[in-house]
Amino acid sequence: MLNALRRLPGLPFAALLTAVLCFAPCATQAQQNAGTAAPSPAAQAAAKPAASLEDRVAGLEAYINNADGTKTLPGVPGPGHNAWMMTSSALVLFMTLPGLALFYGGLVRRKNVLSVLAQCLGIAGLVAVLWWAFGYSLVFGKNFNSPFLGGSEFFFFNGVDSTPNTDYAFWVSQNVYAMFQLMFAIITPALIVGAIAERMKFSAVMVFVGCWMFLVYFPMAHMIWGISGFMNGIFNANAGIKAIDFAGGTVVHMTSGWSALVLCFIVGPRIGFKREPMPPHSLVLTMIGTGMLWVGWYGFNAGSAVAADVIAANAFTTTTLATAVAAFTWGVLEKLLRGKASVLGFCTGAVAGLVVITPACGFVNANGAVIIGVLAAALPYITVSALKPRLGYDDALDTFGVHGVGGTLGALMTGILATKQVNGNLKDEVLGRLFMSQVSAVIVTLVLATVATAVIAFALKAILGLRPTAEIESNGLDLADHGEEAYIS
Amino acid sequence: MKKIEAIIKPFKLEEVKEALSDLGIEGMTVTEVKGFGRQKGHTEIYRGSEYTVDFLPKIKIEVVLADSMVDAATGAVVKAAKTGKIGDGKVFVYAIEEAIRIRTDETGEKAI
Repeated sequence: MLNALRRLPGLPFAALLTAVLCFAPCATQAQQNAGTAAPSPAAQAAAKPAASLEDRVAGLEAYINNADGTKTLPGVPGPGHNAWMMTSSALVLFMTLPGLALFYGGLVRRKNVLSVLAQCLGIAGLVAVLWWAFGYSLVFGKNFNSPFLGGSEFFFFNGVDSTPNTDYAFWVSQNVYAMFQLMFAIITPALIVGAIAERMKFSAVMVFVGCWMFLVYFPMAHMIWGISGFMNGIFNANAGIKAIDFAGGTVVHMTSGWSALVLCFIVGPRIGFKREPMPPHSLVLTMIGTGMLWVGWYGFNAGSAVAADVIAANAFTTTTLATAVAAFTWGVLEKLLRGKASVLGFCTGAVAGLVVITPACGFVNANGAVIIGVLAAALPYITVSALKPRLGYDDALDTFGVHGVGGTLGALMTGILATKQVNGNLKDEVLGRLFMSQVSAVIVTLVLATVATAVIAFALKAILGLRPTAEIESNGLDLADHGEEAYIS
Repeated sequence: MKKIEAIIKPFKLEEVKEALSDLGIEGMTVTEVKGFGRQKGHTEIYRGSEYTVDFLPKIKIEVVLADSMVDAATGAVVKAAKTGKIGDGKVFVYAIEEAIRIRTDETGEKAI
């Protein structure tokens, strides 16, 4: 049985996809029934007596202020907010395809560049299917009444249409919101790929990501952002831990970074690690990818306001400042400590700045962002240039050093620098003991990510095997896993 | 007949070529090569990983000449390629037994 599975690595996906597709028609049927049973919001609005002019103006003001306008405009998305969220969704996808793909692709050796691109593309497809079928509902549903997992009401996007889901946004269509959140779900596992680059079988990566989404990402995203989430300090008054995370410092960067560390220990170092040179094959690609990540990150951070409002404007500003300061600081540190400021250093500093400001961008002001920028360069710099060589783990592209360390730092700094002058949703009782809440959230995230990753990785190692043969690894994964070469000369 | 084989710094190629042309030398073969001598390589650092690159890029020039030209030619190469710093390269002189111009079947010094 085990041998058969090894020989047919595509089998688990095929089985998964078939199962999902078989489910879908039943769910769609239920959706149609639901559609005929309840009158559409527009019809409801038409049936009501005409609203007074004051109420109608109040509805429009609510649209401008991103407040509740459902009294006169129920079920209507606001065009401006919706436009920004569709733009943001595209920007966040752009971070993975091709931003992260090129950032990582340039850092590996030329024989493995396609394997990194294929992993990013494969993850985009796999996660989109999981998201449509179960993921969105498990994160943003609520009929489980659970602080740890959402619900089943939105399985197969049942009822996810252009009407806003007012649990999350008054003016953004729920399907747009679901697409925006899908892009986060895609980039998070794609970040992990950096730690095990150049040495993990494509099939093993895909199965790992499929399991990881259910055990780590969906529960974590619900806990932080779900309306009934265990650690949603902003919108869930009953949250067990009243933590805050604006755009995903814990959900995205801590989960991927700490999982990456555990996974790279279990997978083991690349053949020849520390004995032969493994320099990046194209820092030009890495630079292009960095620029795309920075641009795309405006959708990630400013888009996380889920509106084109004052908080989004603040997030846009803090994201820019922290990133620029971190990139420059990293270059300065290199110049002072090594004599030369490198392109890879500037790029790494920029990404570290983006990571650390992520949880904070909608809660801190410009000065806070500059402080975060300096620390965002310093701590990951020490991790990748001093700690990693000493500990000897092969985090090939420094997913842990940048995203694990940066995400953790960001969560803690948010606890120190958040201010309600920037974000009126911050209640005094949350701010009062915010730092301790952030520490608790960091511990929960860290434990969930590392334990679940270890369980999945050891299980996969036994059933499917994680690595290709030594011969395949030294020839490069591109030919063996994908039958292609990146550069024909 | 002799062959001069010179390993030089890449940025000196133009000057060496000019110097040889000035002596009336009409042909040469140039190859991009890598190697090291006393200069050794250099170090590259990518975040925490440090690599020593042993082989440095050099240019190899090969010229075949009549015996009478050899001293002038080697002198011209050494003068043009010299910076006085480590890594300037070397010049080797080989004896050549025969040369044939393929187009005309000419042999010996007439063929070079």
